Amino acid sequence: MKKKTTGINSFLISGAVLSALMLGLILLGLVWTPYSPTAMDGAAKFQPPSPAHLLGTDNFGRDIFSRVLQGADATFLIALCVVAVSCTLGVLLGSLCGYYGGLADLILTRICDSITAFPAVLLALVIVSLTGRGKANVIFALSLLFIPSFARLTRGEFARCRELNYVKSARLMGVSTGRILFRHILPNTLPVLLPAVTIGFNNAILSEASMSFLGIGVQPTEASLGLMLSDSQTYLQSAPWYALCTGGAVVLLILGFSLLSEGLQRRKDG
Amino acid sequence: MKHRSLAIFLAAAILTCSLCACGGTTPETPASSDEIVPSSPAAPANEITVGIAQDLDDSLDPYQMTAAGTREVMFNVFEGLVKPDSDGNFVCAVASDARISDDGLTYTFPLREGVVFHNGAPCTADDVLYSFETCAATSVTSALVTALSAAHVSAEGNTVTVTLDAPNPDFLSYVASVYIVPKDYAGQAAQPVGTGPFKYVSRSVQENVILEKNGDYYGTPASLDRVTYRIFEDNNALFTALNGGALDLVAHLTVDQVNNLTNGYTVLEGTMNLVQALYLNNAVAPFDDQLVRQALCYAVDVPAMMELTAAGHGVRVGSSMYPAFGKYFDASLADAYPHDVEKAKELLAQAGYADGFSFTIIAPSNYAPHVDAATVLAEQLKEVGVTAEVQLVDWNTWVSDVYGNRNFEATVCGFDASSLTASAMLARWVSDNGKNMINYNNPAYDEAYAKAQDPSLSEAEQTEQYMECLRLLSETAANVYTQDLADFVAINPALEGFTFYPLYVIDMSLLHFAA
Repeated sequence: MKKKTTGINSFLISGAVLSALMLGLILLGLVWTPYSPTAMDGAAKFQPPSPAHLLGTDNFGRDIFSRVLQGADATFLIALCVVAVSCTLGVLLGSLCGYYGGLADLILTRICDSITAFPAVLLALVIVSLTGRGKANVIFALSLLFIPSFARLTRGEFARCRELNYVKSARLMGVSTGRILFRHILPNTLPVLLPAVTIGFNNAILSEASMSFLGIGVQPTEASLGLMLSDSQTYLQSAPWYALCTGGAVVLLILGFSLLSEGLQRRKDG
Repeated sequence: MKHRSLAIFLAAAILTCSLCACGGTTPETPASSDEIVPSSPAAPANEITVGIAQDLDDSLDPYQMTAAGTREVMFNVFEGLVKPDSDGNFVCAVASDARISDDGLTYTFPLREGVVFHNGAPCTADDVLYSFETCAATSVTSALVTALSAAHVSAEGNTVTVTLDAPNPDFLSYVASVYIVPKDYAGQAAQPVGTGPFKYVSRSVQENVILEKNGDYYGTPASLDRVTYRIFEDNNALFTALNGGALDLVAHLTVDQVNNLTNGYTVLEGTMNLVQALYLNNAVAPFDDQLVRQALCYAVDVPAMMELTAAGHGVRVGSSMYPAFGKYFDASLADAYPHDVEKAKELLAQAGYADGFSFTIIAPSNYAPHVDAATVLAEQLKEVGVTAEVQLVDWNTWVSDVYGNRNFEATVCGFDASSLTASAMLARWVSDNGKNMINYNNPAYDEAYAKAQDPSLSEAEQTEQYMECLRLLSETAANVYTQDLADFVAINPALEGFTFYPLYVIDMSLLHFAA
């Protein structure tokens, strides 16, 4: 019924290449940056991109390339933690709800619905203003907000698989519930879950960048892509490379994972 | 499903592009575009358009105004018996003379002949009495109310006499804050009436405020016939209008804005009249140790910080006094702690912090100069092994948490003076003062400050006491003092006479077009 995609999956490949490239840069940033990302140099303020400063320098004479590397690290690590936490908890909740159903399922589903009814960044703002700023609180807030998307997805898949023959057979054979849930059903939900994880990753990157842009995420002296974008807007006319390079890094990071997600989606559908 | 990646890509693109949208203008721009004409340099009409950053929405009533931005405009409309001049002295306004008795208890103000309110009514002693009463009863400035509560005002013929319970060396500055208004006129909030060189014409909410020359002014009349203040609540929109030539005068610009200004306006540089510092909570460890505070003073390189944040503009200060207070400002205090990393490390070791320590600097996020300074200072402190984390908070949080509850370790902010008195800057550091945000506790300072209040002191002796207070603040390193921030004014090159005041005001009566 569906048209079979022939040949190579260009989305998957380009996404994988781009993501690998960005991941490589991020790993590089963890161990080495050309300059210290916080070192200031009054003599080198607002230098346009040059061999000495690949992406130029900012208003304190700090090397933007070093800061992009460090900022991407911070953003990436936050996104990684957020997805890891929210995916684990979401899948756990979703699988139990989907498999057992009943009142608990009803209540949890409604809670998830009500959380998703609010814009994510707005809710994150509320949580962070209650808990205080800083990396750990951003991770906490975003993880909480991302749980519903994973939980709903997993719940749907588990509810569907619950009545399938292979699950019924396993149940008749006396396989333990834990084994049925995580050895039999979970692997079958991966084609749906994997694209969701990559998309969740993108959303986490964007949310962290937005929160830092608004000044409630990563705090100054440390770098974060969102914070750098926020700082760069004052100098949009006099130092356009600042905003362009930082924004470009966000775009590339997200584009890689978007392509990866689209590729995975096609692989599943095709 | 297929559009998902596109959607996310677009979202990323929007995040980047949204930066460009931040300078969005307000919907009323079409109506205002035809207002550009009167402000062109060769304006046949003798009037100017001034850009201001906030609406005058607190109150126009002279005793209810709270915002500095409102005072800045209404300074041209209202006058007291005396008023401050650009040197920080008090000159006679509604009064023709100000005589102070030798014991400092009796102030005699003969009223000037021929002073007329903007509504045409002559100004009499009754109006002055009414103004003092109303001000004492309704003013929102608590220091003013306190000062007036110890004063008894009476009038005899055309002379007003104020008798004080106890001498108050700063009383003249409070007299200058009692704006003289006509008796039994209830419309001040809507249509203010004063005696100043300009009269209030109208205000359109979020749009503009218009002042007109007071033709009946007793003193040197204003040269300009009309001043229109246009309100731009968005800083980028204000700058765009200025750069487009739609405005004749804009004050309080940043060095970055000045560097981006391309239309040939004259740029004047003054100072903001505040003391910026890394204010340290003297009650919490390790800042309860004077050695640590001194170490921080040696550790930071303030000229380098000023170079990085404002291309070297601004004036270095070394204590709680800014240079516009010529009489009290001691420039040598700025050099009390030259940048000396070794000395700083030595002091830290002496205090038992040889390996440094960590603390948090809170900065109000809406004040870019303070955030920038905090960022640079935090970086400089790394050199002596001190780790400072910068935390940004919104202004309301800063006021309630840092200023109100004193719940902080260190903060970068600026303190200004509400009136032209040394005590406006120094009273707050007396150990039991309610505004002593940093919990400064120095008996020697308390004593020096108390001595300065002694009415029997001559002016020179009193000044010396205040200078002693400033020296004590510097010696004990109460805070890491940095600078009085640079304040830039862009002005139409054809305009002359702009004068910086030691207060947050712009005197429009001095401005005139070059002949």
